[in-house]
Amino acid sequence: MAESVETQAAHHEDAHGHHGEMSFVSKYVFSTDHKVIAMQYLFTGMAMALIGGFMAYAFRMQLAFPGEAVPGYGIVSAANYNALVTNHGTIMIFWVAMPVLIAAFGNFLIPLMCGCDDMVFPKINRLSYQIFLLSAVVLISSFFVEGGGFGGAWTAYPPLSAKAEYSLTKLGSSIWLVAVALEFIAFLLGGINFVTTAMNSRAPGMKLYDIPIVVWMIVVASILFMVSVGPLIAGAFMLLFDQTLGTQFYDPDGAGDPLLWQHLFWFFGHPEVYVVLLPALGIVAEVITTFSRKKLFAYRTVLYTTFGTGVLSFTVWAHHQFVAGIDPRMANIFTLTTLLISVPIAELCFVYIATLFGGSIRLTTPMLWALAFIAEFLIGGVTGIFLGASGSDIYLHDTYFVLAHFHYTFYPIAIIGTFAGITYWYPKMFGRMLNETLGKIHFWGSVISFNVIFIPLFVLGIAGQHRRIFDYRNFPELALPQYQDLRILATFALLVMLAFQVVFLYNFFMSLFKGEKAGNNPWKANTLEWTVPSPPPHGNFAEMPTVYRGPYEYSTPGRDEDYWPQNVPN
Amino acid sequence: MRPIANTRSVTGIPTGRLAVWWIIVSEIVIFGGLLGSYVMYRLAHDSWANQAAHTNTMAGAFNTLVLLTSSLSAVLAHKAASEGDGKKAAKLLGATICGGAVFLTVKAFEWTHEISIGYTITSNTFWSFYYTAAGLHGLHVIAGMIIMGIVAKDAAKGRELHRVELIGLYWHFVDLVWIFLFPLLYIAK
Amino acid sequence: MIEHFLPAASSYAQDIDNLFTLIFTLVGFWLVLTEAVFIYLIVKFRKKDGQKAEYYTGEEKHLKRWITVPHFLVLICDIFILVGAVNVWYNVKQQLPEADEIVRVIGQQWAWTFVHAGPDGTIDTDDDIAIVDELHVKVGTTYHFKLEARDVLHSFSVPVFRLKQDAVPGRVITGWFKPTKVGEHDVQCAEICGIGHGLMAARIFIETPEEHAAWLAGQRPIALASANTPQRVED
Repeated sequence: MAESVETQAAHHEDAHGHHGEMSFVSKYVFSTDHKVIAMQYLFTGMAMALIGGFMAYAFRMQLAFPGEAVPGYGIVSAANYNALVTNHGTIMIFWVAMPVLIAAFGNFLIPLMCGCDDMVFPKINRLSYQIFLLSAVVLISSFFVEGGGFGGAWTAYPPLSAKAEYSLTKLGSSIWLVAVALEFIAFLLGGINFVTTAMNSRAPGMKLYDIPIVVWMIVVASILFMVSVGPLIAGAFMLLFDQTLGTQFYDPDGAGDPLLWQHLFWFFGHPEVYVVLLPALGIVAEVITTFSRKKLFAYRTVLYTTFGTGVLSFTVWAHHQFVAGIDPRMANIFTLTTLLISVPIAELCFVYIATLFGGSIRLTTPMLWALAFIAEFLIGGVTGIFLGASGSDIYLHDTYFVLAHFHYTFYPIAIIGTFAGITYWYPKMFGRMLNETLGKIHFWGSVISFNVIFIPLFVLGIAGQHRRIFDYRNFPELALPQYQDLRILATFALLVMLAFQVVFLYNFFMSLFKGEKAGNNPWKANTLEWTVPSPPPHGNFAEMPTVYRGPYEYSTPGRDEDYWPQNVPN
Repeated sequence: MRPIANTRSVTGIPTGRLAVWWIIVSEIVIFGGLLGSYVMYRLAHDSWANQAAHTNTMAGAFNTLVLLTSSLSAVLAHKAASEGDGKKAAKLLGATICGGAVFLTVKAFEWTHEISIGYTITSNTFWSFYYTAAGLHGLHVIAGMIIMGIVAKDAAKGRELHRVELIGLYWHFVDLVWIFLFPLLYIAK
Repeated sequence: MIEHFLPAASSYAQDIDNLFTLIFTLVGFWLVLTEAVFIYLIVKFRKKDGQKAEYYTGEEKHLKRWITVPHFLVLICDIFILVGAVNVWYNVKQQLPEADEIVRVIGQQWAWTFVHAGPDGTIDTDDDIAIVDELHVKVGTTYHFKLEARDVLHSFSVPVFRLKQDAVPGRVITGWFKPTKVGEHDVQCAEICGIGHGLMAARIFIETPEEHAAWLAGQRPIALASANTPQRVED
């Protein structure tokens, strides 16, 4: 589907006739233009989201109606179920949240918002996307090899992931691991551009505190990713050798220790949450300031809090391992750090809410998504406290409470945050407006059904239901009809949510052709991307801009207009 | 065609150097993860000292010298390049590449010997780390040599002289990794 | 709160439930308060014709208070939670009360083996009773469990005890529980352990001493424990 979308986008951009002399292939497949690469990431991410969503559909149907054939999939066996949940998690984090939030928005926004014509190293940028695309193909191929896809959970704990005789997916495990490693390399390469462009290529006059928050957030996220992923890449090499060569890095029969992988994984895995959270917070900052016509409350506090969160995020990893067999005394330290990290995150939420104070709020579709992000993410945040506190984690660890908790963080991040971004920048990306009515239908449908999916799962978690079990009929206390009803309710809500995505896709593609023309600055926003035509031409700026002020000068006293673009001298 | 973005330098640091630093830091954490894991295991297994006793310290020491010397010629190449002497820079880079080649040759002899007497990557987790860490480092040496060849070719024609410094930075990093690997794998017995 | 869904059948189950309730109350308060303020602001400051938004930088002292004061209050709540959590954790995981009996719990793909002390009350003797997927314990007795895994990671989870501990191949992990209520309940594997993970169900039978003695009498001792259980160095 990504192909057809690109064709349409191609047709659309042709109307502006900017680079008509280039062939289709060099323009849209091997382009080095940051906007085209952003679209490639966006559409690949959307296609992967559909695959990940389909997986969720298949295993949720199995949980609601165990043993029955799932329409469009068939019987979900135990092995299928494991492979589905494993790859649903892997895809949604590595092939949806990261490419869309960091790579698509990062590529599209950083050069535009910093006032330059492209990324610093366009060819590295293109290479990054190509490796990413390859990694996606490799991952999907793992489903079609002998033994099927990897089913050892997205955390891939050895020895299960290390030995074919345990996992029974000899090829699937290795292909999965190679795909993830390739994806990491793609994002390490991508990070070069995000950081150097934002550091070195800003428009004249744009000082550090004049950079839009979303750019800051993507840069900090890239740095967090780079620093945290290294040990896991080394760990992935070791795991790959355990799988293929027969080394014993994680094998207790040799000198190995299975827990080493858990440390390497979560040393990356926890900062990774912030890697995707920060860009979403950045998007929300742009949207709520624009639609409440307010300056962002305490810009510097937001920045320092973000840095603090980033540093603290490296000190909390073992809260995923309280009952994993680590020294019990360690749990006390990690409970302390985990509770500490709740402070900056709470502060960020307070700051965003405070931004609304005294505003002039317009509830457009992007604003609704941004507000829903805050409302839902708060629930995800506070439920984390139950799990970060070692005492209650003994009971809740690996139950559906955990699952519901992180979906309450990742859904706001990867879905709500992304939709806030897409609906906000769609006019800039494609030159036309989305339909507001369809947008609002899609918004309410998606957000309400999301809550109906996961609130029952919190309840099931409190009732002691563990994760990654394909059929609860084997556990008499979990097979009770009142719990099965909750499972069916969650599954129905998922079906409703998926159905509402059709509204979005229809709106998205119809508006490409029929949407109202957007003009340069439909939202009357301040940042530099709104000063150029929609969609921006190759090279972005006809004349390179100069920046005179920060990005959030809305409703400044003494001005007739309630906005003050960054590039306007006075 | 270079984008305008590539010509700017708000921080005053050349963008190329920033990018190389980015790569070096991400490599440091990769090697850091691997060597950190090795050190943790090593502390838990005193018996690995007996395994480490079978490594060839002399070969390792010789290789350390070779790499240090090759770093020196990389520094001299940078100096030549900054004086605008592309031909001299290319020659010095050639010397560095030769250093890399000597390093790899010695390594090849070492590994052949060790494998022939039965110390393979699977014989013990010490040897797994030995081959994984030194192998990963070796790949970096090879990659550095290839890129250096390309840079030297351009430099000989007086083009892209700023890249001489960048590849030099990378080479120092590769050298530095070896400075950590050598005592950890060879000396600590 | 948890007891509404599942009985609390161990000496520390109630502590964990109380901790859960404490956290629920504290974070619930903050959640409701924050969402209420949030929605109030959205309603109050909806766009009105001809009225511009106000201009604040967020550095004004009288406004910044609204961020700094709550953030210290959150910190204070965190301290309460920290003390509660560490206290519970210490009692459940860090300190081991004297054991009356010992039981070996062995996870493998995809079954649990429980090695019970026989009539002599001590483990690793010839009258040990090893059974698959059935754990029989006496109410009011303090047990140590010695947890092992044969192949991959498993996790020994007894929801009615509020107990969970991963089993790691190559280690013997010791923990404890003291059943307080008779009954029959689920034991789950809580760490994905391969294709049969969803089939790795066991049952725990919490019995009175008399029932337990009667059950013991009906069992044939198998000299499994001493023959098959490798004696490993314990952590």
